[in-house]
Amino acid sequence: MATTDEPVQRSPVHWSIWALVCIAGAAAFAIVALSRGETVNAVWLVVAAVCSYLIAYRFYSRFIANRVLRVDPARDTPAVRRNDALDYVPTNKYVLFGHHFAAIAGAGPLVGPVLAAQMGYLPSTLWIIAGVVFAGAVQDFIILFLSTRRDGRSLGDMIKSEMGAVPGVIALFGVLAIMVILLAVLALIVVKALADSPWGTFTVFATIPIAMLMGVYGRFVRAHRIGEMSVIGFVLLMAAIVLGQSVSRSPILAPMFTFSGESLALMLIAYGFIASVLPVWLLLAPRDYLSTFLKLGTIIGLAIGIVIVMPDLKMPAVSRFVDGTGPVFAGSLFPFLFITIACGAVSGFHALIASGTTPKMIENESQIRFIGYGAMLMESFVAIMALIAACVIEPGAYFAMNSPPAVIGSTAADAAARISSWGFVITPEALTQLAHDVGEKTVLSRTGGAPTLAVGMAHILSNILGGSALMAFWYHFAILFEALFILTTVDAGTRVARFMIQDLLGTFVPAMRETRSWPANLVATTLAVGAWGYFLYQGVVDPLGGINTLWPLFGISNQMLAAIALILATVILFKMKRQAYAWVTIVPTAWLVVCTLTAGWQKVFHETPAIGFIAQANRFSDALAQGKILAPARSLTDMHRVIFANYLDAALCAVFMAIVVAMIVSGVIAVRRAMATPTVSTHEVGYDTTDLGTARA
Amino acid sequence: MTRQTLARPVLERLRRWYRLAAQTAHLMVGLPDYATYVEHRRRHHPGEPVMSREAFFRACQMRRYSPAAGRGMGCC
Repeated sequence: MATTDEPVQRSPVHWSIWALVCIAGAAAFAIVALSRGETVNAVWLVVAAVCSYLIAYRFYSRFIANRVLRVDPARDTPAVRRNDALDYVPTNKYVLFGHHFAAIAGAGPLVGPVLAAQMGYLPSTLWIIAGVVFAGAVQDFIILFLSTRRDGRSLGDMIKSEMGAVPGVIALFGVLAIMVILLAVLALIVVKALADSPWGTFTVFATIPIAMLMGVYGRFVRAHRIGEMSVIGFVLLMAAIVLGQSVSRSPILAPMFTFSGESLALMLIAYGFIASVLPVWLLLAPRDYLSTFLKLGTIIGLAIGIVIVMPDLKMPAVSRFVDGTGPVFAGSLFPFLFITIACGAVSGFHALIASGTTPKMIENESQIRFIGYGAMLMESFVAIMALIAACVIEPGAYFAMNSPPAVIGSTAADAAARISSWGFVITPEALTQLAHDVGEKTVLSRTGGAPTLAVGMAHILSNILGGSALMAFWYHFAILFEALFILTTVDAGTRVARFMIQDLLGTFVPAMRETRSWPANLVATTLAVGAWGYFLYQGVVDPLGGINTLWPLFGISNQMLAAIALILATVILFKMKRQAYAWVTIVPTAWLVVCTLTAGWQKVFHETPAIGFIAQANRFSDALAQGKILAPARSLTDMHRVIFANYLDAALCAVFMAIVVAMIVSGVIAVRRAMATPTVSTHEVGYDTTDLGTARA
Repeated sequence: MTRQTLARPVLERLRRWYRLAAQTAHLMVGLPDYATYVEHRRRHHPGEPVMSREAFFRACQMRRYSPAAGRGMGCC
């Protein structure tokens, strides 16, 4: 257990097992990468991933723990020093692993790989595995370690104290921006999945009264019985899915639950506003329980399903769309694949979680590796499963679901003809049949990843249980499961954004900081909801279908945050006088910086309107100058709105790039200062030698 | 571990696993172990008030969703 430097004699059996893992992994990679023409079984993807994770965990993370960070099992953690059994609690490492994993796993690793599947499964697989081993898990592990050594302080706090006040404020601003984009893109995924779908809309609407019922039960009937509440909620949810089918077939009820994307967007905005001011026990907490347990259950179910069913991958290993002309998102493999798959490979958001509650519950420093590096490997595995789910459905159906109407038209015949012309042969009947199988009127242009994942999951799960009869049930189960935790994030995220806005505005207007004051709350909530609501609505009416615009923005911002976290880690390694090992964080930082800056630059200045925001704005301006109206705009006002939205997106992208550059400059300054100091110059808490080091510095 | 019967250690192990699983499920939604809390208060703060199970539950729920404490949301 103890991870010390002492050389331990390992038996030949030990090494031969690891040799076997290496051989199995290499064989799986060879099959995945080299087979051409014949179909590849999904299990090989799983074997390649799991073997890579095992080797990375056993060797690379151990190297980081022992040599780079010099984890010290003898040193007291904040949980031990400040044990209050509430916030600071020494916790069993398996229990804490579950807590940490539940906090980092969300919609991201499920959506990104589904979108990236348009380039084939091979590039995404390689990036998910290499990304997590050398960047994502390294970031989570090191940030968790650094925060544990600093009394569980947050990322923003650590940046402020280690790098200075200005970088601290810049990072905080970056976090607010990423939050707004995240909420908008997640809400857009829900809108795209529910538009014109009475079944889906009914079940997702039903979660609100179900959660409230659970909340009341847990508050007044049987207090604190989370298990009972969750079982009641789960049974009602399943009933809602079954009932949803009858609703979708009823001539009276179906129209009541059929909404356009625009109306759904407005409803979600209103919902976000109301939900975020309700008491947490009524709606947020109970739905959080449901979505957490459902998410975990579904992930486990999907893993079992893939292993039992062993589906073949129908998507080619590398598709023609690596050249950047793909319909799902525009832009070539580099840099856009690395932006599209953020969570699952490397996610800056995890730096916030790893410096949140988890470091306050670490029992012993030797467990940080298992929790920080290990949980991220698990998250990466979820991304691999999402990729598999997207690649087991017919590529023709995949492109029909994920291409905007502007590209494939709005009838099955048009879509089938268009997609077949790309080389992914599909008939209109097959598309209509798929829609019928999953209980929808159409599957065309159901962008955003969730419906595709739902079809893939339904494909896998119905093979185990229920066959084609239950296909529609499983599809709506998957939609509900995603919508459930996205709505939880929208609700909780709005509260966080409101708080950050109050904090930010409080610097200028002190009255804004008063969190108990209704006017201050109202203003900040309006600003928070207005910000993500604006991007959501623009996404719904976007010429390219919204996801095409918003997902890259989200990816860029998320990778930007990861770069910021890794820059902080690098600075601290230099301050700890461990610069000999600083390449461990410098290499992933450099890669993320290159990706975010290239992608950001192309999103702003690329001459193709599908990629560059300014080019798109110009296309609409030119049409406007000639008095023409381009779809989907219906009026001159719409045209002006599209132009403005594109300029705004370009500006936002430029801000993200500026933040990255500013953080690099601050990082370099801090590193130079650390190198000029002869002693350890970082501020750790709770250990004598460090205090000595600080004193001498 | 002494093995008087075969069934006892198995049963004990199952009970321990169940307890860990329940703790994990609770902590996943932000609720630390109540028994640990009571034991901690009794040992380190004798004579001081101990929150009831309900009060403990409410306090933890408030903390989990309080953005002021740097909490409030999971990940993307």
